Amino acid sequence: MAIELFRIDDRLIHGQVVVGWGQPLDLTFIVLVDDEVASSEWEQELYRMGVPPEMDVHFHTVEEAAERLSHYQGDDRRGALLTGDIETMARLIDRTRGITRVNLGGIHHRAGRTQRLRYVFLAPDEEKALRALAARGIDVSAQDVPAARPLALNEVLSGEGNR
Amino acid sequence: MSESDVGARALVAGHGDFAAGLVSAVGQITGRGDAFVTMSNRDMSAGDVERAMREQLDGHALEVIFTDLPAGSCTMAARRLQRERPAIVLVTGANLATLLDFVFHTDVPASEAAQHAAEKGRAALVVTGGAPGGH
Repeated sequence: MAIELFRIDDRLIHGQVVVGWGQPLDLTFIVLVDDEVASSEWEQELYRMGVPPEMDVHFHTVEEAAERLSHYQGDDRRGALLTGDIETMARLIDRTRGITRVNLGGIHHRAGRTQRLRYVFLAPDEEKALRALAARGIDVSAQDVPAARPLALNEVLSGEGNR
Repeated sequence: MSESDVGARALVAGHGDFAAGLVSAVGQITGRGDAFVTMSNRDMSAGDVERAMREQLDGHALEVIFTDLPAGSCTMAARRLQRERPAIVLVTGANLATLLDFVFHTDVPASEAAQHAAEKGRAALVVTGGAPGGH
């Protein structure tokens, strides 16, 4: 139970999360960690409109999420925690002990990033941040949908996952 | 992109080949696939989807958007655009019946045709069978 998926995805709440992961994992709540979204009622309403009524969405800043993570981990229901970028997830991990694995679900192209997978593009500083997480014992893997094979960070960074 | 955008009145957007597939079916049934332009969110960030959608709307002077999932990134992008362009009409959960109805209502504004089409699409979802003892 508790939080089944800690995912980095620049689309935050979207079809792959709500349906692709939500149905097989029976997710009933999402914790969306993003400082900007947490400060915007309009953004929150936008994301709430995208989820079915039986699914709860909680919006938090990194600081709030770190304080409340143990509460969510103790929830009887299954949930997912989302961040839109690596830096936000790394900041959250810095502030809590409750995260042992991270899913790379969608980090798309932008200037300065190199393609590692169809859905993962990384800048050098982002690769460094992921390596640092792995060095701390965090299980970092890439998997866009549950039916796909999870790819370990080494496979992602070496380009083996593209073969 | 659609097979032809002559006379396009709406954008169809969704996952994978959802839009292209639906519009292909509309073309096969009615010969009016050109009523739509299409886009996929495949391998795009949220920002990319919004930019692509904005380009399609501007390029074809469209104010009606059909999308697939309420939670999909195309729907999210459309809602963001609605914030700055309140005239945009968004229909989520679009299906073939929705688009077929839309193409036949050319005598009313596209926004009005979209409202009607949404009702038709909803009504087209029908379940039959499933009686006990069936195989």
